[in-house]
Amino acid sequence: MTATAERRPATTIFRRPRSTTGFWGWITTADHKKIGIMYGYAAFIFFLVGGLEALLLRIQLSSADNTFLTAAEYNAAFTMHGTTMVFLFVMPISAAFINYLLPLMIGARDVAFPRMNALSWWIFLFAGIFLYSVLVFSDPAAPAGVEGVSGNLDPADNTVLGGMPDGGWFGYQPNAGPFYSPGTAMDYWALGVQFLGLASLISSVNFIVTIFNMRALGMRLLRMPVFVWMSLVVALLLLFSLPIIAIALFMVTFDRQFGSLFFVAEAGGDPILWQHLFWLFGHPEVYILILPAMGIVSEVLPVYSKKPLFGYAAVVFAGAAIAFLGFGVWAHHMFASGISPVAQAAFGLSTMTIAVPTGVKIFNWMGTMWGGRLKFTTPMLFAIGFVAMFVIGGLSGVTHAVVPSDWQQTDTYYIVAHFHYVLFGGSVFGLFAGLYYWFPKMTGRLLNEKLGKLNFWTMFTGFNLTFAPMHWLGLQGMVRRTAYYPPEAGFDFWNLVATVGAFIIAAGVLIFMFNWWRSKKHGEPSGMDPWDARTVEWTTPNPTPEYNFGVAPTVTSLDDFWHKKYAEDAEGRPVRRPEAEETLTDLMETGINPPHPIHLPAPSYYPILLAAGIPLVGWGIIYHTSFVGKLLILIGVLVVASASFGWSMEPLEEPHDEHDDSEPSGDGYSSPEVDA
Amino acid sequence: MEAAAAMDHHDQHESTGIDHRKLGMWVFLSSEFLFFGALITNYLLYQGKSGFARPYPAEIYDIPFTSFSSFALLMSSLTMVLAHNALARHDQHATRTWLLATAMLGSVFLGGQVFEFTEFITVGGMKLTTNPAASAFYLLTGFHGFHVLLGVLMLLTLYGISRRQGELSEASGLNLELVGLYWHFVDIIWIVIFTVVYLLASVPAGVG
Repeated sequence: MTATAERRPATTIFRRPRSTTGFWGWITTADHKKIGIMYGYAAFIFFLVGGLEALLLRIQLSSADNTFLTAAEYNAAFTMHGTTMVFLFVMPISAAFINYLLPLMIGARDVAFPRMNALSWWIFLFAGIFLYSVLVFSDPAAPAGVEGVSGNLDPADNTVLGGMPDGGWFGYQPNAGPFYSPGTAMDYWALGVQFLGLASLISSVNFIVTIFNMRALGMRLLRMPVFVWMSLVVALLLLFSLPIIAIALFMVTFDRQFGSLFFVAEAGGDPILWQHLFWLFGHPEVYILILPAMGIVSEVLPVYSKKPLFGYAAVVFAGAAIAFLGFGVWAHHMFASGISPVAQAAFGLSTMTIAVPTGVKIFNWMGTMWGGRLKFTTPMLFAIGFVAMFVIGGLSGVTHAVVPSDWQQTDTYYIVAHFHYVLFGGSVFGLFAGLYYWFPKMTGRLLNEKLGKLNFWTMFTGFNLTFAPMHWLGLQGMVRRTAYYPPEAGFDFWNLVATVGAFIIAAGVLIFMFNWWRSKKHGEPSGMDPWDARTVEWTTPNPTPEYNFGVAPTVTSLDDFWHKKYAEDAEGRPVRRPEAEETLTDLMETGINPPHPIHLPAPSYYPILLAAGIPLVGWGIIYHTSFVGKLLILIGVLVVASASFGWSMEPLEEPHDEHDDSEPSGDGYSSPEVDA
Repeated sequence: MEAAAAMDHHDQHESTGIDHRKLGMWVFLSSEFLFFGALITNYLLYQGKSGFARPYPAEIYDIPFTSFSSFALLMSSLTMVLAHNALARHDQHATRTWLLATAMLGSVFLGGQVFEFTEFITVGGMKLTTNPAASAFYLLTGFHGFHVLLGVLMLLTLYGISRRQGELSEASGLNLELVGLYWHFVDIIWIVIFTVVYLLASVPAGVG
């Protein structure tokens, strides 16, 4: 190969960052583990913000005709609660798990495009900040677009909180359009969600290529852990659903900023098209939220049952089937919107079909536990909690598939109960199982079990107190998205119970935070394999070294690590191999002292720089009629362009000075420098 | 064994045998199909809703003119293939020529679009804000034009690198292939847009 130094162009914007530790080490990192950790912490902070918004809602609803929040504040709080929990908590914390674990689980040293991975993370973070910058910049007193139909009802409602986006996380048109939601709040929402989608799209391409291309030797597709499979399915869902919401959000932005008429019914626009586009994305989205948690549970249950996952292939294919069918059910969110009876019947049927692969998964999880030597650790409790709560949420979901029944439930608290059972009792419990299970991987320590169990039971109790009563409130006719209900409706008691439950959940989250903070410093050291685990990510020391594997692993079967430790006796019971301890010691040894030098992707300034240009363009678009707005667009585009240029001129790895590649080192291999 | 050792050392290994970036481009383009699919569907939905403010796009199309600029774009796919082929033959001079030709043909198309938009707005009187079909037309063709613009910029960057370094290295050769994939995709989408949005819409007499 030609000497790389000659070919490298002199045009660079920055010198390459060298430091891999400290502040700049985090800012410029391309390491999937650091990026995963940053994703996780940021998502958790947004979880707290979204949780606070939920508490505001619950305080308002704790009694009839309460005046704790104004109507505008209530609308803003439920909009931002939904938007935050979906786009800024569950999606990024799933991304945190996938980032940290995916390369480890398939035996790779990083993802396929490490710098693009950093780019996704920074775009996500800046988009989240952009979305919440509405608190600083929004103008609740903005003039109404149409005489007499101002979105904010009363000048007294013009509070900071009431100035946040208030059109719901679903942004239904024309309510969220320029005439009924004047001001800039819904522009922040449309562009913020647009940018978050961009971050997810980049991640999804990255994860798909990583899974297809970077598996360890012998890691065939059907030997991959279920979590990796679910990550693949989620990435494919994102890949095909995000472009649709991107178009829909562009239409909203154009309607609001440039006067196009997509959703203006008087001029021939079609507000129902928004619902179709939104739910064509939105329904796959709910599987994007749940499938990573299903993957986590499929990893956790076998470990604490001391049994392989029952029907591995069935679980994998059920996940893929859920994703595939998930694109054909969107109109079940629209049964009350006046779509034709044929469409209603078709979408009702397709929705019921989804219950089949979901049921397959539930039975497989139960089959996994059946006859196992169950160990009720905290991750196991959360995983079992997931299965139980998800069954309840799944069953109420099937009732929505029955069209006449759905007409009764539409826009009532029954729906709210349903989706919190699948998204909180489902996704969040699954994700907490993962946090407890993989905490040692990240820190080398265990989370405290006593606090963990307290954490689980508090959250489990609080969760059921909050959301179970919503089923009957909804069936009694309590309407969603309304700040007040009259005293004579008789909703007071169960609403008060739900509010108390919400505060119990909050207490559970505080216990978790205390446990995390304490165990990070003082937790019991975990050693290499604290759970007697089954999958490849546990064959490296804890916390994971920067290069992941001292020696790239070779895989010979599903649950490869387990089979290295255990053989089977005549009745099929696991028997620990006599050489198991030696295998572990060897892995520890090579994990700490890799026998060969290892090259890792070098850090780079360009991902964060490129990402920083994007919110500038966003602010610019919102204020594009002013000079400052035009200037911001210009600066933003220049930042993105120059960062892209610098990026494309910077090789992924630095030329290796630490040893000479041209010397025949036995591997007969020299690295072509990649310069994209 | 050599492969395993190489993997220990550099991690340059692909389970599918396809380069990461090439696979990544294919995956990304599969997403782009839905992006344009949604845009085209929008347009088809709105163009059928008659009875609102006129003119509708189909009433003011200049099919001969757009046919010309479409022809330029289609020919650019040919020159893109020729550039790729020239690089495979290690003919650096021809590679540069065909790269530049591709970028030029792309620019002809873009110029045509700018002219078309200007004509539609000033002469035809159809603005973004005239009716939803017009909004959908500008959003669709505008986003396509934006994709062509990005493609032209990438082609010119490759041309610049090639001029500067005197040759396109092996790694840049892959870049050329990636830009080529993207360019052909943008072309194929235009074939669909030109057929469905322009030609078919012009067949029935009198929209609106």
